Amino acid sequence: MSGGASVAVGRAGPLRSSRDVLPALIFLAFALLPIFAGLTAQRYLVDSGMRIIVFAVAAVALDLIVGYAGLISFGHAAFIGLGAYAVGILSAEGIGDALVALPAAIAVSMLFAWITGIVCMRTKGVYFIMITLAFGQMVYFIATSLARYGGDNGLTIAARSTIAGFSLLKSDTTFYYFSLLCLVATYLLCHALIASRFGRVLRGARENPTRMATIGFTVRRFQLVAYVITGGLGGLSGFLLANSTEFVAPAYMAWQQSGELIVIIILGGVGTLDGAIIGSAAYLIVEDRLSGLTENWQVIFGPLLVLVVLFARGGLMGLSALLWRRLSHA
Amino acid sequence: MTGTLFFIQVLNGLQLGVLLFLIAAGLTLVFGVMDFINLAHGVQYMLGAYLAVAFYGLVGNFLLALILALAAALAFGLLLEFLVLRHLYGRDHLDQVIATFGIILFLNHAVRVVWGAAPLTLPVPDAFTGSVQLAPGQLYPVWRLVIIGSGIAVATGLYVLVTYTRIGMLVRAGATNARMVSVLGVNIERLFTIVFGFGTMLAGFAGVMIAPIISVEPGMGTNILILALVVIVIGGIGSIRGAFVAALLIGLVDTLGRSFSVDLLRVVMAPSPARMVGPAIASMLIYVLMAIVLYLRPAGLFPARGR
Repeated sequence: MSGGASVAVGRAGPLRSSRDVLPALIFLAFALLPIFAGLTAQRYLVDSGMRIIVFAVAAVALDLIVGYAGLISFGHAAFIGLGAYAVGILSAEGIGDALVALPAAIAVSMLFAWITGIVCMRTKGVYFIMITLAFGQMVYFIATSLARYGGDNGLTIAARSTIAGFSLLKSDTTFYYFSLLCLVATYLLCHALIASRFGRVLRGARENPTRMATIGFTVRRFQLVAYVITGGLGGLSGFLLANSTEFVAPAYMAWQQSGELIVIIILGGVGTLDGAIIGSAAYLIVEDRLSGLTENWQVIFGPLLVLVVLFARGGLMGLSALLWRRLSHA
Repeated sequence: MTGTLFFIQVLNGLQLGVLLFLIAAGLTLVFGVMDFINLAHGVQYMLGAYLAVAFYGLVGNFLLALILALAAALAFGLLLEFLVLRHLYGRDHLDQVIATFGIILFLNHAVRVVWGAAPLTLPVPDAFTGSVQLAPGQLYPVWRLVIIGSGIAVATGLYVLVTYTRIGMLVRAGATNARMVSVLGVNIERLFTIVFGFGTMLAGFAGVMIAPIISVEPGMGTNILILALVVIVIGGIGSIRGAFVAALLIGLVDTLGRSFSVDLLRVVMAPSPARMVGPAIASMLIYVLMAIVLYLRPAGLFPARGR
């Protein structure tokens, strides 16, 4: 895996070192965004922030399996889609409460990750990439065949999820803060997992699976658990996505979505949870800005990606670390 | 009647199969020899089709357009290799995926800027415009037979090249153990450039050949890339023989699945759900096939890399 990228693993727990300043700043920025948007009367900023948060939850989860376990999953969008469809289908059947929909979204994704994970973990490297893609495509095509729930066109959700019958999430701002809370929880969970013995086994297996097996760890079982957790958090992201757009469609789980998420974590810096969040923000902001410039914004964005890979190893996190070193030596 | 229909669909499956093989052959060799994931291989196919349309507009002769398009596709592939891909050998797979993904984004939209978003068409060459009669009332276009024939010819040529020539021997050796070949004094980077250029040309050839029967549009290389990746994974990365077998398998399974899934399902369920579920199951078939193959043989049907 990209060597220097996995340096930013700190200890779990509240603000213990300067390493924890960055995530604190990131979350503070997210928390202040709606206030800033309100003051400057730029409501669309909250929508953009919302999209970034949804992607960031999925990206942080994906980084757990890609960055720390070293397993490149190309089917992450399936989990998001399953979570979103759990919300959509329950709502269509008259159950619009988050107390049911949220656990359902997470449980369905975890179950799917567990069943497919047993098969996926038999393979390695590129074969793992392709088999996760295969399962992702299967779910995609199943979703397109659900005539009762919109088929190809997708399905509009009547109303945002309620909590215990109360429409607490109705206002966009409240839902924004609810989502931010989910992002913080996801971040802290992954952070704690990585710092734990479990996380060290995962990282050890990434560097040298044979050695870990020789020490006596059943590497596959650890990786499977990580995959299931990643899946569950993907489901959480799907729950947020369905509720923020009040719409679900098979397009949520197209393989391009999975590709986009991989781009996001690489852009931010693989194996750094902060990088996954920064990558989501950078990707969506650049997309937004460039698509305002020209219809074919990918003509600019594509070469930009190539340049990041060629000259900024370790993504934005690697780039900022490099700049920081240069500055502190000067 | 049903027998002829089945035969026609088998021919269509073969046609898709040889097309996939032309694309997968280069992909699997680049992958096998240099351990390099080149997602941009699909856009080479798209580029081949666009170049053929452009050159046909200039010279008005299909054969000449084919030759010019192949030369241009080769030149472009080598330029790409020189500018970007060369710097990514030995890097992490993820880096290669992202860089080549960036190239896909760029080219998919660059052709839109140059040729517009509307689909283009290329006429079937005059000599092959007709149809042959397979059974009373069942016509089959000659051009599709030409595609099948040329694909099989290329496959045979490739087989001879890989099995009986020195460069083929080096390619096979490189796919098995690239480092060992390098240690024995072979310039593996130059070998790779040759293999890459050749693979690019094959993908471009596939694009030119398919252009007369489909619409040439941006993004046409993306879905075929996924299919080609499925092919090389089922076949075993680095194996030409595996790519050939898997390409025909995928071509047939996909085509026959799409044609007959609804009819087959109607045997066990009511017509209207069968019409709904059938296409989804048909689209899923190749992925189910891949999952089963990888479950039973985690390195594909004909693994090339000897470890």
